[in-house]
Amino acid sequence: MSGGRRRVRWVLLLPCAALAVMVYFFAVSLGRDPSLVPSPLIGRAAPEFSLPELLDPGSVFSLQDIEEGPWMLNVWASWCSGCIVEHDFLMALGRVDAPLYGLNWKDAPADALEWLQLRGNPYRVIAVDADGRAGIDWGVYGAPETFLIDAKGIVRHRHVGPLDEAVFSQVFLPVLEGSMQ
Amino acid sequence: MKGFKAATAAVSLMLAAASASAVDTEAPLRSAEQQSLYRKLLEEVRCMVCQNQNLADSDAPLAKDMRRELRRMVAEGASEGDVKQFLLDRYGDFALYRPRLAPNTLLLWIGPGVIVALALGALALVIRRRMKMPIPEED
Repeated sequence: MSGGRRRVRWVLLLPCAALAVMVYFFAVSLGRDPSLVPSPLIGRAAPEFSLPELLDPGSVFSLQDIEEGPWMLNVWASWCSGCIVEHDFLMALGRVDAPLYGLNWKDAPADALEWLQLRGNPYRVIAVDADGRAGIDWGVYGAPETFLIDAKGIVRHRHVGPLDEAVFSQVFLPVLEGSMQ
Repeated sequence: MKGFKAATAAVSLMLAAASASAVDTEAPLRSAEQQSLYRKLLEEVRCMVCQNQNLADSDAPLAKDMRRELRRMVAEGASEGDVKQFLLDRYGDFALYRPRLAPNTLLLWIGPGVIVALALGALALVIRRRMKMPIPEED
């Protein structure tokens, strides 16, 4: 009889344990920053695009025009305050072997050009996504965002917000170095 | 009574203003079926910038772009599944207010049910056991 009774007590604990597990997972989720949405693009091929060039509006720039090897795509706009924050860092990125391409997102070309003249141009080529259509394909939901694409054309990382030395050396550099070999 | 009438008029005016400011000002799609699918999607898709609004309520520029894209897809005959897959491929589960059943959302879907089932089971067990107990004799 006492064995049976012990079994009952144990069964009573089960719902409490299940509740505890759920509370734990939801509590962990609460601590996460909801504005950092993980990109489903990670591990998949970089989305196609075919867009006019900002500095040469007559010509079209597409995925196929990108040189071999790893590269980065920075989503920016002249109206974007975070883009000013990261701009000095992007200008210094020239020392890295991987080229930085720009996606001028939902911006007026005249404003974008003025912005570059004022602050300098850190980009190899800038594609103009005036209506945000390419941005949707890349899952962009705010500027700045920076994507890291490896030599095989696979998206390896997406950073939301201004890029800085800490993120670059911790996340981008290891992938770039691995991709060089 | 007059005051009451004036108040009701004011409230209904406010309500009218609120619905007039509904953000989607596009003409309805040609087919009623497509229009209702489009409306349904707007309710269920999250605005990625203003995360606690859906596309139907948000006037953020990105929400506008996404409405335009959804509209185009629906007008071209895309099904509800096509549009949802399109969004999942680009923005992930987060884009949908009603997350699909996937390994990482499993707990969300079945967790509460499991807890209720376990609790009911435990309750039933306790009741059965108590019923088997001898009734204490009264003095």
